[in-house]
Amino acid sequence: MLRIENLTMQFGGVVACSGLTAEVKPGQIVGLIGPNGAGKTTVFNVITGVYKPTAGRITFSPREGEQYQLVGLSPDHIAKLGICRTFQNIRLFSELSVLDNVFIGSHLRLRSSVFSSVLRLPRYTAEEKEHYEKSLYLLEKIGLQDFRDEKANSLPYGMQRRLEMARALATNPKLLLLDEPAAGMNPQETLELTEFIQEIKEEFELTVFLIEHHMEVVMEISEKIYVLDHGVLIAEGSPSEVQSNDKVIEAYLGVG
Amino acid sequence: MRDKQRTDLAALLALVCAVVALFLANKYLDDYKIRIINLSGIYVTLGLSMNLINGFTGLFSLGHAGFMAVGAYTVALLTMPISMKEMNFFFQPIVPWLANVEVGFLPALLAAGLISAFLGVLIGAPVLRLRDDYLAIATLGFAEIIRVVFTNTQSLTNGALGLKGIPNYTNIWWSWGVAFITVWFVTSLIRGSYGKAFMAIREDEVAAQAMGINLFKHKVMSFAFASFFAGVAGGLLASLLGTIDPNMFRITLTFNILLIVVLGGLSRITGTVISAVVVTVMMEALRFLDESINLGFIEIKGVPGMRMVVFSIILILVVIVRKAGLMTRLKGRESSYAEN
Ligand SMILES: Nc1ncnc2c1ncn2[C@@H]1O[C@H](COP(=O)(O)OP(=O)(O)OP(=O)(O)O)[C@@H](O)[C@H]1O
Ligand SMILES: [Mg+2]
Repeated sequence: MLRIENLTMQFGGVVACSGLTAEVKPGQIVGLIGPNGAGKTTVFNVITGVYKPTAGRITFSPREGEQYQLVGLSPDHIAKLGICRTFQNIRLFSELSVLDNVFIGSHLRLRSSVFSSVLRLPRYTAEEKEHYEKSLYLLEKIGLQDFRDEKANSLPYGMQRRLEMARALATNPKLLLLDEPAAGMNPQETLELTEFIQEIKEEFELTVFLIEHHMEVVMEISEKIYVLDHGVLIAEGSPSEVQSNDKVIEAYLGVG
Repeated sequence: MRDKQRTDLAALLALVCAVVALFLANKYLDDYKIRIINLSGIYVTLGLSMNLINGFTGLFSLGHAGFMAVGAYTVALLTMPISMKEMNFFFQPIVPWLANVEVGFLPALLAAGLISAFLGVLIGAPVLRLRDDYLAIATLGFAEIIRVVFTNTQSLTNGALGLKGIPNYTNIWWSWGVAFITVWFVTSLIRGSYGKAFMAIREDEVAAQAMGINLFKHKVMSFAFASFFAGVAGGLLASLLGTIDPNMFRITLTFNILLIVVLGGLSRITGTVISAVVVTVMMEALRFLDESINLGFIEIKGVPGMRMVVFSIILILVVIVRKAGLMTRLKGRESSYAEN
């Protein structure tokens, strides 16, 4: 699904990520962990085209037989290929309604022209209806159907996180990148989130690449985990392998 | 869906009332008042056009005077009778390909809009591809350049002499007809998926792009529509006044429209319509500020430009009082790239 080879990202003198090689296989949930400032978000930003890497290749194959080189493509192009993300610091369309936030996620699939949208030609209204139905379905899925007309920024934190996921799902992604989806959630919410991720993965046949600080979440749902520290990959493997890795323990305890 | 039918019904009702009111006004009011009603309609179009780009899409464009000039000259040159052109261009004859053209008002207005939109794309595209922070400067520069160019292209625009005897096609039905079409267009656009994409760009460019919205394409689209309506409004104005010259299209004209948009509220359609009418009427009502006032025993000398001072003060007050003003928007945009 996604193959990252020798990825290096430098910001001036700061090497946020250096020589990373990683792979996400179709249907997997893969975790990306590491202490603060390890370069995790940077990896997501490079995959989604926000930054152009200093070196390295990223290959995305949404379906068998299809392959795309992501380096150099714009974020919107990458989203259209089937990669969508959530943000560590929530980035909703704050002044717009909850429903519109999700609805906008469908815009990239719209085929009608702007003129048929203004004239509300049948071709457009049919598409719009389908997009609204999908949005409402997703809102119900995240339990926000009663808040559809509220402004996105009026929602409590946990709901905003879920709304961001619904918005990303509206784009029909093949690969979903989640940047600390459980941040700021209480244990109960975190538990629900874990179940939710597994549920949507099955229903929408997703592949998930996940950054998370809550160890119980990553360890529970990931099949494979990559561990970054200071931009360098220090371990990879199954949750149990990673948990018993000395370097990982060291990095997390801050020794050395 | 029920709600939507309700608002549609309300809109239809408002339209019927407005048409009746315009009909009565047209019948019973004097020329001066009718002229103000015409101007109001034109400013409604202008206000909505600017709100589309500055309010809904969150860009900052100051080129309206320029696009209006393009529209005004297009309509003037396309609708003026051939003999009238000869009279106007006594200094230097008009370019041959325009000398014998005379078309109807509707095709002339459409041409005004299309040429204006084309120029909008031409100057908007390079700026919007790089940094749209520079759009305000680029459009402001464009408007000034247009004015200078029109002053110097003697055989095309008759230069500083301006054009006189433009046929007065603009009446209440034209000015308000176009205003209603603009209201409908902007409302329908904003209600649909493209309009929501515009607002998404305004709210958060990084997130909008991550959701697959092509920023450049959508910004250019919004800018082209705004330029189109500004051009049409310029054409209506030319045909209303009958006389135009390059100096009519100064930055103060853009400033008036900005005032309408800020007073009416960014991203507010009804607000813009109301504020366009209120500002136009006030502009006329406050005209006495520019003139001398004779109090019988003493004459107070008028200060030309006083009206604009009063309006500027109103604008500043509105921006200060209302937090949702222009400035907070701009500040919000600055930080949007800071971090993810
Ligand atoms: N746009 C940028 N310009 C300069 N430096 C940056 C930029 N983005 C990230 N960095 C730097 O790269 C390093 C890695 O940052 P990144 O946000 O990827 O870490 P992270 O693993 O996501 O951390 P956290 O757990 O705190 O979210 C940090 O030192 C950060 O300051
Ligand atoms: Mg991070």
